[in-house]
Amino acid sequence: MSEFKVSSKALRATEEICHKFNNDPGELISILHETQNTLGYIPEAVQRVIARELGIPEQKVYGVVTFYSFFSMVPKGKYPVSVCLGTACYVRGSDKVLEEFKRVLGIEVGETTPDGKFSLDCLRCVGACGLAPVATIGEKVYGRLNPSDIKKIVTDFED
Amino acid sequence: MKITSAAELEDIRRKAVQALALREESNKVVQETACGLEKGTPHMQILCCGGTGCKASDSAKIVENFRASLAAHGVADKVEVVVPGCFGFCEKGPIVKIIPDNTFYTSVRPEDVEEIVTAHILGGEKVERLLYKDPGTGNHISDSKHMNFYRKQLRIALRNCGFIDPENILEYIARDGYKALAQSLQRDSLEVLADVKASGLRGRGGAGFPTGVKWEIARKFDAPDKYVVCNADEGDPGAFMDRSIMEGDPNSVVEAMMICGYCINANHGLIYIRAEYPLAVHRLKVAIAQAREYGLLGENILGTGFNFDIEIRYGAGAFVCGEETALIHSMEGKRGEPTLKPPFPAEAGYMGRPTNVNNVETLANVPVILTKGPQWFASIGTEKSKGTKVFALAGKINNVGLIEVPMGTTLREIIYDIGGGVKNGKKFKAVQTGGPSGGCLTEKHLDIPIDYESLAAAGSMMGSGGMIVMDEDDCMVSVAKFFLEFTVDESCGKCTPCRIGNRRMLEILTRITDGRGTPQDLEKLETLAKVIKDTALCGLGQTSPNPVLSTLANFREEYEEHVNKHVCRAHKCKALLTYSIDPVLCKGCSSCARGCPAEAIAGEVRKPFVINPEKCIRCGMCMSRCKFGAINVI
Repeated sequence: MSEFKVSSKALRATEEICHKFNNDPGELISILHETQNTLGYIPEAVQRVIARELGIPEQKVYGVVTFYSFFSMVPKGKYPVSVCLGTACYVRGSDKVLEEFKRVLGIEVGETTPDGKFSLDCLRCVGACGLAPVATIGEKVYGRLNPSDIKKIVTDFED
Repeated sequence: MKITSAAELEDIRRKAVQALALREESNKVVQETACGLEKGTPHMQILCCGGTGCKASDSAKIVENFRASLAAHGVADKVEVVVPGCFGFCEKGPIVKIIPDNTFYTSVRPEDVEEIVTAHILGGEKVERLLYKDPGTGNHISDSKHMNFYRKQLRIALRNCGFIDPENILEYIARDGYKALAQSLQRDSLEVLADVKASGLRGRGGAGFPTGVKWEIARKFDAPDKYVVCNADEGDPGAFMDRSIMEGDPNSVVEAMMICGYCINANHGLIYIRAEYPLAVHRLKVAIAQAREYGLLGENILGTGFNFDIEIRYGAGAFVCGEETALIHSMEGKRGEPTLKPPFPAEAGYMGRPTNVNNVETLANVPVILTKGPQWFASIGTEKSKGTKVFALAGKINNVGLIEVPMGTTLREIIYDIGGGVKNGKKFKAVQTGGPSGGCLTEKHLDIPIDYESLAAAGSMMGSGGMIVMDEDDCMVSVAKFFLEFTVDESCGKCTPCRIGNRRMLEILTRITDGRGTPQDLEKLETLAKVIKDTALCGLGQTSPNPVLSTLANFREEYEEHVNKHVCRAHKCKALLTYSIDPVLCKGCSSCARGCPAEAIAGEVRKPFVINPEKCIRCGMCMSRCKFGAINVI
């Protein structure tokens, strides 16, 4: 597990989130959601704070963080790209869209570009199957994608 | 304001009905001529779909433009913009419906808004180019009631989706919302439960367990705290029924959970919802807050002494959490790993207390069963499967969308009449139902009336309602591999058959699609699949071999071609493809060679070019660049 430097401000924010949920271990997942929303990721140091606040072992927090795909221990890119690999998107060619994102960004799934701009992930169904194949960048949904569209979409974000 | 009795609720309903009258009336009549303010129509409404699919195509901007345009023309007081949930016709979204003439505009862009306002809303002339064009006749259809997509549907669970504003509880109340609750609270809870049982309603999450029986079992266990859980962890890829119900009619879920609570003596409700559904979460929160504000949730509901409240819990991206024991662990803040049953959640569920878990669509049926009577519901459907089922139709089909049909409708009616057939005139190959736990059905299954039993007998399952259509370009071995990749990814790792067995199956399938498969691999695959089915701990593992078994049963010849002849007839498995250039058709233009990323094509201009199979990476770039159709692939 690689260590990320975490500011004391971030650690304090984590404590506050725990207090908001009354340090209740039953609320661990809600606490992790809010922590990830606030900090963008949940590194080891932050997990340690949560474990201490809730009075549970660190490995339990780590176990939950690594179990759920929503939680990340590494920072995401400024523009997180997620390609839908749901069945509807798959039969409409999302595998080729994913390949093209990998090629254009030069990273594999789960990685972030060295400049911190883009990260690449897969997800299973955003429910916009009418627009398949679909990818999301941040909150925006891109539908009816063709591998040939990808270069332009990425370039638009680079400017 | 708090509603303190059933009589007060009825008063509010009577008033609320007025506000919905314009929409209700126009729903009943067929009006071919357009209305317009300048033609003397006093009031109009514009319904802009606010579902996730349409929002992804700028429907929020369309709403904004409508409001701005109406204000600019000074008619904002006469024309109301309403944002209902999903209309279901996602293929042609964003959808805009004009009331009272029921005009159904499709594929609307934000820049079309001004034209709709000036031509239609003011002038009373329909904007023909935005009407739905029937692919069969080529005629424009203005009223959605005349579209094949809607004609064969029967909307019970989706009764309010695409009709009411989901963020306004009064519109729900106007359509008999919370009436079933008010009536139930005045009856003996055993009688209410008997009605649910008599209706024949079965779990819509996939397994099809009778809902009334489930409630009866949960009722038997006594404890100071009991829980009603709504399973909204809709994880099947390509399925979006539950999301649409929560986005379009969240109050129906809230009401049904309360009725369940009354029947099983529970006072706590929990909704476990995927974090991938922000809009559904928002709409549920609004519904819960409004229900509390009106005194429909909380203490002493409608003056009857019954208490009930609902909290929302979030998933975090784990498919296995759709399994009820895993879901309960996840709600307790733990890893979402399933545990052996018994004990069933009805005995020891959330926090060790008796818990009843129902799926969203199951719950959405409950209020209407009670207001219209169990006999009415039981009269719809087949002998063992009553009522309707919502399906998310997707894949290679013309009308992608959300549909609801009576049980017993055939796959052919769904795919060809409602779905409009296979996209781009291609040949139908298979339809996948039941998601990663289901199977692929073929041409020969198209005429079976679908219900829980018939789909299981055909080697698939009802599942939660995803229905993905595949055409001749889809390789069934790759499809099986796709589903196994999903299962391997989502397996929680607790039991060996699922954790290791599925990985071994995936390795075999990868070998086959890479052209390294042997005939023995097919036998191994079959044996392994059966062992996993028999020995895995939870529903995920026990059903994960289904996509493999059903494709092996229905498309065995494709597997055999892969392992014996090293051929993929759908041209999907790259390793099995050979590209070549037809020397007669090739004009020697060099376009293919210039476009080849692997520099695998060489030749002299104006003479036939040649592909070097050693260097070829089988990307297909040459094929898309050649203007003379000279590239062959086998």
